[in-house]
Amino acid sequence: MIATNRERPRVLLYEGAGAEPIDAALRRSIVPKLLDRGYTVTRITQNANLGNLGHTELIILGHFTRPADFQSDQGDLKIHTRDVRDDSLETLTEYIDAVAAGVSEARPHWKPWFPVIDYDRCTNCMQCLSFCLFDVYGVNQANQITVQNQTNCKTDCPACSRVCPEVAILFPKYKAGPINGDEVNQDDVRREAMKVDISALLGGDIYSMLKDRSEKAKSRFSKERDDDRALKERQRCLDKLKSNLDGLEIPAEVLSSLPSFDQIQSKAQAAKQRAEQALADASLKPTTP
Amino acid sequence: MSDHRPILYCRCAYAKVLPEEVKDRVLERLIDSNLPFESVSDLCEMSARKDPGLVALSQQDGLRIVACYPRAVKWLFSAAGAAIQTESSQSESSQSESSQSESSQSDAKQPGYIEVLNMRTDTADMVCAKLGIGTIETAEGAES
Ligand code: SF4
Ligand code: SF4
Repeated sequence: MIATNRERPRVLLYEGAGAEPIDAALRRSIVPKLLDRGYTVTRITQNANLGNLGHTELIILGHFTRPADFQSDQGDLKIHTRDVRDDSLETLTEYIDAVAAGVSEARPHWKPWFPVIDYDRCTNCMQCLSFCLFDVYGVNQANQITVQNQTNCKTDCPACSRVCPEVAILFPKYKAGPINGDEVNQDDVRREAMKVDISALLGGDIYSMLKDRSEKAKSRFSKERDDDRALKERQRCLDKLKSNLDGLEIPAEVLSSLPSFDQIQSKAQAAKQRAEQALADASLKPTTP
Repeated sequence: MSDHRPILYCRCAYAKVLPEEVKDRVLERLIDSNLPFESVSDLCEMSARKDPGLVALSQQDGLRIVACYPRAVKWLFSAAGAAIQTESSQSESSQSESSQSESSQSDAKQPGYIEVLNMRTDTADMVCAKLGIGTIETAEGAES
Protein backbone atom coordinates (compact mmCIF):
# COMPACT_ATOMS: atom_id res chain seq x y z
CA MET A 1 0.00 0.00 0.00
CA ILE A 2 2.81 2.44 0.81
CA ALA A 3 5.58 2.97 -1.73
CA THR A 4 9.06 2.02 -0.56
CA ASN A 5 12.41 3.61 -1.39
CA ARG A 6 13.04 0.80 -3.83
CA GLU A 7 10.00 1.99 -5.78
CA ARG A 8 10.52 5.73 -5.80
CA PRO A 9 13.63 7.56 -7.06
CA ARG A 10 15.53 10.03 -4.95
CA VAL A 11 16.17 13.39 -6.58
CA LEU A 12 19.48 15.19 -6.09
CA LEU A 13 19.95 18.88 -6.85
CA TYR A 14 23.64 18.95 -7.61
CA GLU A 15 25.34 22.32 -7.16
CA GLY A 16 28.86 21.15 -6.34
CA ALA A 17 32.09 21.12 -8.34
CA GLY A 18 31.54 21.09 -12.09
CA ALA A 19 28.14 22.72 -11.85
CA GLU A 20 26.61 26.15 -11.45
CA PRO A 21 23.68 26.86 -9.17
CA ILE A 22 20.40 25.82 -10.76
CA ASP A 23 18.15 28.68 -11.82
CA ALA A 24 16.66 30.07 -8.60
CA ALA A 25 13.07 30.15 -9.84
CA LEU A 26 13.27 26.55 -11.08
CA ARG A 27 14.76 25.36 -7.79
CA ARG A 28 12.11 27.16 -5.81
CA SER A 29 9.29 25.61 -7.80
CA ILE A 30 10.57 22.09 -8.40
CA VAL A 31 11.53 21.18 -4.81
CA PRO A 32 8.11 21.68 -3.15
CA LYS A 33 6.42 20.10 -6.15
CA LEU A 34 8.52 16.96 -5.88
CA LEU A 35 8.10 16.76 -2.11
CA ASP A 36 4.34 17.08 -2.49
CA ARG A 37 4.48 14.14 -4.91
CA GLY A 38 6.32 11.89 -2.50
CA TYR A 39 9.93 12.23 -3.64
CA THR A 40 12.93 12.64 -1.37
CA VAL A 41 14.96 15.65 -2.48
CA THR A 42 18.58 16.25 -1.52
CA ARG A 43 20.67 19.32 -2.31
CA ILE A 44 24.44 19.14 -2.40
CA THR A 45 26.50 22.29 -2.71
CA GLN A 46 29.99 20.87 -2.22
CA ASN A 47 31.64 17.58 -2.94
CA ALA A 48 29.90 15.93 -0.09
CA ASN A 49 29.24 12.26 0.37
CA LEU A 50 25.67 11.34 -0.45
CA GLY A 51 24.31 9.19 2.38
CA ASN A 52 22.58 5.97 1.39
CA LEU A 53 18.88 6.19 2.22
CA GLY A 54 18.02 2.87 0.61
CA HIS A 55 16.95 4.10 -2.83
CA THR A 56 17.74 2.13 -5.95
CA GLU A 57 17.29 5.01 -8.43
CA LEU A 58 18.89 8.43 -8.18
CA ILE A 59 18.06 11.35 -10.48
CA ILE A 60 20.79 13.98 -10.49
CA LEU A 61 19.72 17.41 -11.67
CA GLY A 62 22.35 20.02 -12.42
CA HIS A 63 23.48 22.93 -14.50
CA PHE A 64 26.70 21.20 -15.46
CA THR A 65 29.76 23.09 -16.63
CA ARG A 66 31.57 19.91 -17.62
CA PRO A 67 30.35 16.46 -18.64
CA ALA A 68 28.57 14.91 -15.70
CA ASP A 69 29.96 11.52 -14.79
CA PHE A 70 28.74 10.30 -11.45
CA GLN A 71 29.77 6.97 -10.00
CA SER A 72 28.15 5.30 -7.07
CA ASP A 73 29.68 3.06 -4.47
CA GLN A 74 26.17 2.00 -3.49
CA GLY A 75 25.96 -1.35 -5.24
CA ASP A 76 22.52 -1.39 -6.84
CA LEU A 77 22.01 2.36 -7.27
CA LYS A 78 21.04 3.35 -10.81
CA ILE A 79 21.92 6.93 -11.70
CA HIS A 80 20.01 9.17 -14.14
CA THR A 81 21.59 12.53 -14.94
CA ARG A 82 19.77 15.55 -16.34
CA ASP A 83 21.15 18.94 -17.33
CA VAL A 84 18.32 21.26 -16.41
CA ARG A 85 19.49 24.52 -17.99
CA ASP A 86 16.79 24.35 -20.68
CA ASP A 87 14.08 22.85 -18.50
CA SER A 88 10.89 24.48 -17.35
CA LEU A 89 9.01 23.25 -14.29
CA GLU A 90 6.72 21.23 -16.57
CA THR A 91 9.42 19.53 -18.66
CA LEU A 92 11.45 18.69 -15.59
CA THR A 93 8.46 17.27 -13.71
CA GLU A 94 7.54 15.20 -16.77
CA TYR A 95 11.07 13.81 -16.99
CA ILE A 96 11.20 12.87 -13.30
CA ASP A 97 7.74 11.31 -13.36
CA ALA A 98 8.73 9.29 -16.44
CA VAL A 99 11.78 7.89 -14.65
CA ALA A 100 9.63 7.11 -11.61
CA ALA A 101 6.99 5.41 -13.76
CA GLY A 102 9.69 3.11 -15.08
CA VAL A 103 10.49 2.05 -11.53
CA SER A 104 6.99 1.36 -10.24
CA GLU A 105 3.33 2.17 -10.65
CA ALA A 106 1.88 5.14 -8.80
CA ARG A 107 0.50 4.15 -5.41
CA PRO A 108 -2.89 5.18 -4.06
CA HIS A 109 -2.77 8.09 -1.69
CA TRP A 110 -2.72 7.19 2.01
CA LYS A 111 -2.86 9.78 4.74
CA PRO A 112 -0.31 8.51 7.26
CA TRP A 113 -2.61 8.41 10.27
CA PHE A 114 -1.68 5.96 13.01
CA PRO A 115 -0.78 5.89 16.69
CA VAL A 116 2.80 6.38 17.82
CA ILE A 117 3.81 5.28 21.31
CA ASP A 118 5.87 7.46 23.63
CA TYR A 119 7.81 4.77 25.48
CA ASP A 120 9.07 7.32 28.00
CA ARG A 121 5.49 7.36 29.32
CA CYS A 122 4.07 3.93 28.40
CA THR A 123 3.71 1.44 31.24
CA ASN A 124 2.84 -1.49 28.97
CA CYS A 125 -0.62 -1.82 30.50
CA MET A 126 -2.07 -3.15 27.20
CA GLN A 127 -5.29 -1.13 27.41
CA CYS A 128 -4.78 0.12 23.87
CA LEU A 129 -4.34 -3.43 22.65
CA SER A 130 -7.54 -4.51 24.38
CA PHE A 131 -9.42 -1.55 23.02
CA CYS A 132 -8.52 -1.43 19.33
CA LEU A 133 -10.83 -3.51 17.17
CA PHE A 134 -8.71 -3.16 14.07
CA ASP A 135 -5.56 -5.02 15.12
CA VAL A 136 -3.41 -1.92 14.96
CA TYR A 137 -1.58 -2.87 18.16
CA GLY A 138 0.45 -5.95 18.89
CA VAL A 139 3.24 -7.09 21.14
CA ASN A 140 6.85 -7.57 20.12
CA GLN A 141 9.16 -10.41 21.11
CA ALA A 142 9.98 -8.64 24.36
CA ASN A 143 6.23 -8.57 25.15
CA GLN A 144 6.21 -4.85 24.78
CA ILE A 145 3.22 -3.08 23.27
CA THR A 146 3.90 -1.97 19.72
CA VAL A 147 2.05 -0.52 16.75
CA GLN A 148 2.07 -3.30 14.19
CA ASN A 149 -0.48 -2.51 11.52
CA GLN A 150 -0.37 1.23 10.94
CA THR A 151 -2.45 1.14 7.78
CA ASN A 152 -5.34 -0.58 9.63
CA CYS A 153 -5.86 2.57 11.69
CA LYS A 154 -9.04 4.50 10.88
CA THR A 155 -8.07 7.86 9.40
CA ASP A 156 -8.70 10.82 11.72
CA CYS A 157 -9.84 8.64 14.62
CA PRO A 158 -7.77 9.38 17.72
CA ALA A 159 -9.95 7.40 20.15
CA CYS A 160 -7.31 5.03 21.48
CA SER A 161 -5.17 7.97 22.58
CA ARG A 162 -7.87 8.66 25.19
CA VAL A 163 -7.87 5.08 26.37
CA CYS A 164 -4.25 5.36 27.43
CA PRO A 165 -4.04 6.27 31.11
CA GLU A 166 -0.49 7.57 30.67
CA VAL A 167 -1.06 10.02 27.80
CA ALA A 168 1.49 7.91 25.90
CA ILE A 169 -0.26 7.62 22.54
CA LEU A 170 0.41 10.26 19.91
CA PHE A 171 -1.13 10.97 16.58
CA PRO A 172 1.37 13.42 15.10
CA LYS A 173 -1.15 14.71 12.58
CA TYR A 174 -3.83 15.40 15.20
CA LYS A 175 -4.84 19.03 15.61
CA ALA A 176 -4.32 19.50 19.33
CA GLY A 177 -1.89 18.68 22.11
CA PRO A 178 -0.77 16.58 23.78
CA ILE A 179 -2.03 13.99 21.27
CA ASN A 180 -0.13 15.75 18.46
CA GLY A 181 3.16 15.40 20.34
CA ASP A 182 3.07 18.65 22.26
CA GLU A 183 4.52 18.29 25.74
CA VAL A 184 2.28 16.60 28.29
CA ASN A 185 1.57 18.93 31.18
CA GLN A 186 0.24 18.21 34.64
CA ASP A 187 -3.28 19.26 33.62
CA ASP A 188 -3.32 16.60 30.92
CA VAL A 189 -2.26 13.95 33.41
CA ARG A 190 -4.83 15.14 35.96
CA ARG A 191 -7.58 15.12 33.37
CA GLU A 192 -6.74 11.55 32.45
CA ALA A 193 -6.94 10.57 36.10
CA MET A 194 -10.16 12.44 36.83
CA LYS A 195 -12.26 11.72 33.82
CA VAL A 196 -14.66 8.81 33.63
CA ASP A 197 -12.70 5.64 33.45
CA ILE A 198 -12.83 5.74 29.73
CA SER A 199 -10.54 2.78 29.38
CA ALA A 200 -12.98 0.64 31.31
CA LEU A 201 -15.82 2.13 29.35
CA LEU A 202 -14.12 1.47 26.06
CA GLY A 203 -11.81 -1.38 26.81
CA GLY A 204 -14.29 -3.70 28.36
CA ASP A 205 -17.46 -2.15 29.56
CA ILE A 206 -18.58 -0.83 26.23
CA TYR A 207 -18.86 -4.40 25.15
CA SER A 208 -20.56 -5.53 28.33
CA MET A 209 -22.77 -2.46 28.19
CA LEU A 210 -23.82 -3.52 24.74
CA LYS A 211 -24.32 -7.00 26.03
CA ASP A 212 -26.27 -5.93 29.16
CA ARG A 213 -28.56 -3.76 27.19
CA SER A 214 -29.10 -6.50 24.76
CA GLU A 215 -29.79 -8.96 27.61
CA LYS A 216 -32.29 -6.53 29.17
CA ALA A 217 -33.94 -6.08 25.86
CA LYS A 218 -34.04 -9.81 25.49
CA SER A 219 -35.84 -10.37 28.80
CA ARG A 220 -38.22 -7.51 28.23
CA PHE A 221 -39.12 -8.53 24.76
CA SER A 222 -38.52 -12.24 25.19
CA LYS A 223 -36.58 -13.59 22.24
CA GLU A 224 -37.55 -10.98 19.75
CA ARG A 225 -34.16 -9.28 19.49
CA ASP A 226 -33.57 -8.65 15.84
CA ASP A 227 -30.87 -6.94 13.83
CA ASP A 228 -32.67 -3.62 13.93
CA ARG A 229 -32.87 -3.64 17.67
CA ALA A 230 -29.21 -4.62 18.00
CA LEU A 231 -28.31 -1.82 15.67
CA LYS A 232 -30.32 0.68 17.68
CA GLU A 233 -28.71 -0.52 20.89
CA ARG A 234 -25.31 -0.15 19.41
CA GLN A 235 -26.09 3.33 18.19
CA ARG A 236 -27.32 4.32 21.67
CA CYS A 237 -24.13 3.01 23.23
CA LEU A 238 -22.00 4.76 20.69
CA ASP A 239 -23.83 8.01 21.40
CA LYS A 240 -23.11 7.54 25.07
CA LEU A 241 -19.52 6.74 24.21
CA LYS A 242 -19.24 9.93 22.18
CA SER A 243 -20.64 12.06 24.98
CA ASN A 244 -18.04 10.56 27.31
CA LEU A 245 -15.16 11.26 25.02
CA ASP A 246 -14.58 14.72 26.36
CA GLY A 247 -14.87 16.55 23.08
CA LEU A 248 -12.72 14.12 21.19
CA GLU A 249 -13.94 13.91 17.64
CA ILE A 250 -14.40 10.44 16.28
CA PRO A 251 -15.40 10.60 12.63
CA ALA A 252 -18.92 9.36 11.90
CA GLU A 253 -17.52 6.98 9.25
CA VAL A 254 -15.43 5.33 11.92
CA LEU A 255 -18.39 4.81 14.21
CA SER A 256 -20.56 3.55 11.42
CA SER A 257 -17.85 1.23 10.13
CA LEU A 258 -17.44 -0.53 13.45
CA PRO A 259 -17.96 -4.25 13.13
CA SER A 260 -21.27 -5.87 14.05
CA PHE A 261 -22.23 -6.51 17.66
CA ASP A 262 -21.10 -10.13 17.53
CA GLN A 263 -17.88 -9.25 15.77
CA ILE A 264 -17.16 -6.57 18.35
CA GLN A 265 -17.62 -9.10 21.11
CA SER A 266 -15.39 -11.72 19.59
CA LYS A 267 -12.72 -9.20 18.57
CA ALA A 268 -12.74 -7.64 22.02
CA GLN A 269 -12.42 -11.06 23.55
CA ALA A 270 -9.52 -11.97 21.29
CA ALA A 271 -7.76 -8.65 21.95
CA LYS A 272 -8.24 -9.05 25.70
CA GLN A 273 -6.76 -12.51 25.57
CA ARG A 274 -3.77 -11.28 23.61
CA ALA A 275 -3.27 -8.47 26.11
CA GLU A 276 -3.61 -10.81 29.08
CA GLN A 277 -1.25 -13.29 27.52
CA ALA A 278 1.30 -10.59 26.81
CA LEU A 279 1.01 -9.27 30.37
CA ALA A 280 1.38 -12.76 31.78
CA ASP A 281 4.43 -13.40 29.60
CA ALA A 282 5.85 -10.02 30.50
CA SER A 283 5.60 -10.83 34.19
CA LEU A 284 7.78 -13.88 33.59
CA LYS A 285 10.40 -12.01 31.62
CA PRO A 286 11.41 -8.40 32.17
CA THR A 287 10.63 -6.20 29.17
CA THR A 288 13.54 -4.73 27.32
CA PRO A 289 13.41 -1.37 25.60
CA MET B 1 29.60 32.18 10.73
CA SER B 2 27.91 29.33 8.91
CA ASP B 3 26.66 26.23 10.65
CA HIS B 4 27.60 22.99 8.91
CA ARG B 5 25.29 20.67 10.81
CA PRO B 6 23.09 18.68 8.40
CA ILE B 7 19.47 19.70 7.92
CA LEU B 8 16.45 17.49 7.34
CA TYR B 9 13.25 19.24 6.29
CA CYS B 10 9.87 17.50 6.51
CA ARG B 11 7.23 18.71 4.07
CA CYS B 12 4.33 17.06 5.92
CA ALA B 13 2.86 16.54 2.46
CA TYR B 14 -0.02 14.25 3.34
CA ALA B 15 -1.87 16.42 5.84
CA LYS B 16 -2.46 20.06 6.50
CA VAL B 17 -1.03 20.24 9.99
CA LEU B 18 1.83 22.65 9.37
CA PRO B 19 0.86 26.23 8.57
CA GLU B 20 1.31 26.49 4.79
CA GLU B 21 3.08 29.83 4.91
CA VAL B 22 5.58 28.56 7.46
CA LYS B 23 6.52 25.38 5.63
CA ASP B 24 6.64 27.18 2.27
CA ARG B 25 8.73 30.10 3.48
CA VAL B 26 11.18 27.92 5.39
CA LEU B 27 11.69 25.70 2.36
CA GLU B 28 12.09 28.68 0.06
CA ARG B 29 14.73 30.18 2.32
CA LEU B 30 16.51 26.87 2.58
CA ILE B 31 16.58 26.54 -1.20
CA ASP B 32 17.81 30.11 -1.59
CA SER B 33 20.58 29.62 0.93
CA ASN B 34 23.74 27.85 -0.06
CA LEU B 35 23.23 25.14 2.49
CA PRO B 36 23.04 21.49 1.56
CA PHE B 37 19.91 19.79 2.89
CA GLU B 38 17.86 16.66 2.85
CA SER B 39 14.10 16.96 2.42
CA VAL B 40 11.38 14.35 2.67
CA SER B 41 7.70 14.30 1.87
CA ASP B 42 6.41 13.10 5.16
CA LEU B 43 8.27 11.67 8.14
CA CYS B 44 5.05 10.08 9.39
CA GLU B 45 4.71 8.07 6.20
CA MET B 46 8.39 7.05 6.36
CA SER B 47 7.91 5.92 9.95
CA ALA B 48 4.83 3.89 9.04
CA ARG B 49 6.79 1.92 6.47
CA LYS B 50 9.85 1.68 8.70
CA ASP B 51 11.94 3.41 6.09
CA PRO B 52 15.60 2.42 6.53
CA GLY B 53 16.46 5.96 5.48
CA LEU B 54 15.36 7.14 8.92
CA VAL B 55 18.08 5.06 10.55
CA ALA B 56 20.66 6.47 8.13
CA LEU B 57 19.46 10.03 8.75
CA SER B 58 19.44 9.58 12.52
CA GLN B 59 23.12 8.67 12.42
CA GLN B 60 24.15 11.99 10.89
CA ASP B 61 26.18 13.90 13.38
CA GLY B 62 24.51 17.04 14.67
CA LEU B 63 21.37 16.58 12.57
CA ARG B 64 18.77 19.32 12.77
CA ILE B 65 15.23 18.32 11.86
CA VAL B 66 12.73 20.90 10.69
CA ALA B 67 9.32 19.32 11.24
CA CYS B 68 6.84 19.49 14.11
CA TYR B 69 6.81 18.59 17.83
CA PRO B 70 10.10 17.06 19.04
CA ARG B 71 8.24 14.38 21.00
CA ALA B 72 6.38 13.30 17.85
CA VAL B 73 9.57 13.28 15.77
CA LYS B 74 11.47 11.30 18.40
CA TRP B 75 8.89 8.53 18.59
CA LEU B 76 8.29 8.45 14.83
CA PHE B 77 12.00 7.74 14.37
CA SER B 78 11.89 5.21 17.19
CA ALA B 79 8.96 3.39 15.58
CA ALA B 80 11.14 2.96 12.49
CA GLY B 81 13.99 1.51 14.55
CA ALA B 82 15.97 4.75 14.70
CA ALA B 83 16.57 5.74 18.30
CA ILE B 84 17.24 9.46 18.64
CA GLN B 85 17.53 11.87 21.54
CA THR B 86 15.76 15.07 20.67
CA GLU B 87 16.16 18.49 22.11
CA SER B 88 13.54 21.05 21.40
CA SER B 89 14.56 24.47 20.27
CA GLN B 90 10.96 25.47 19.71
CA SER B 91 8.97 28.06 21.56
CA GLU B 92 7.20 25.80 23.99
CA SER B 93 4.52 27.61 25.90
CA SER B 94 6.46 28.85 28.88
CA GLN B 95 9.91 29.41 27.43
CA SER B 96 11.02 32.88 26.57
CA GLU B 97 12.66 33.50 23.23
CA SER B 98 16.04 34.37 24.70
CA SER B 99 16.19 31.23 26.79
CA GLN B 100 15.27 29.18 23.71
CA SER B 101 18.11 30.46 21.63
CA GLU B 102 20.49 29.87 24.51
CA SER B 103 19.21 26.35 24.95
CA SER B 104 19.34 25.73 21.22
CA GLN B 105 22.99 26.74 21.15
CA SER B 106 23.90 24.59 24.09
CA ASP B 107 21.92 21.63 22.73
CA ALA B 108 23.91 21.85 19.55
CA LYS B 109 27.03 21.06 21.53
CA GLN B 110 25.63 17.93 23.10
CA PRO B 111 26.80 14.93 21.12
CA GLY B 112 24.09 12.48 20.08
CA TYR B 113 21.31 15.02 20.46
CA ILE B 114 19.18 15.97 17.53
CA GLU B 115 17.70 19.43 17.44
CA VAL B 116 14.09 19.62 16.28
CA LEU B 117 12.66 22.88 14.98
CA ASN B 118 8.90 23.03 15.19
CA MET B 119 7.03 24.51 12.23
CA ARG B 120 3.71 23.98 14.03
CA THR B 121 4.53 26.48 16.74
CA ASP B 122 7.31 28.68 15.41
CA THR B 123 7.14 31.32 12.71
CA ALA B 124 9.18 30.99 9.51
CA ASP B 125 11.46 33.78 10.76
CA MET B 126 12.14 31.94 13.99
CA VAL B 127 12.89 28.65 12.25
CA CYS B 128 15.15 30.32 9.69
CA ALA B 129 17.00 32.23 12.39
CA LYS B 130 17.68 28.98 14.22
CA LEU B 131 18.94 27.44 10.99
CA GLY B 132 21.30 30.36 10.60
CA ILE B 133 19.71 31.47 7.35
CA GLY B 134 18.65 34.80 8.74
CA THR B 135 15.30 36.42 8.66
CA ILE B 136 13.06 36.42 5.62
CA GLU B 137 14.56 38.44 2.79
CA THR B 138 13.42 38.84 -0.74
CA ALA B 139 14.28 35.74 -2.72
CA GLU B 140 16.54 37.75 -5.06
CA GLY B 141 18.73 38.96 -2.24
CA ALA B 142 19.09 35.57 -0.71
CA GLU B 143 21.53 33.91 -3.07
CA SER B 144 24.71 35.66 -2.01
S1 SF4 C 1 -2.59 2.17 26.88
FE1 SF4 C 1 -0.85 3.60 26.93
S2 SF4 C 1 0.41 2.95 28.69
FE2 SF4 C 1 -1.00 1.26 28.21
S3 SF4 C 1 0.19 -0.04 26.81
FE3 SF4 C 1 -1.02 1.33 25.50
S4 SF4 C 1 0.39 3.06 25.12
FE4 SF4 C 1 1.23 1.92 26.86
S1 SF4 D 1 6.70 14.39 11.39
FE1 SF4 D 1 5.39 16.12 11.85
S2 SF4 D 1 5.78 17.56 10.18
FE2 SF4 D 1 6.53 15.56 9.51
S3 SF4 D 1 4.85 14.55 8.47
FE3 SF4 D 1 4.66 13.90 10.59
S4 SF4 D 1 3.29 15.41 11.52
FE4 SF4 D 1 4.00 16.30 9.60
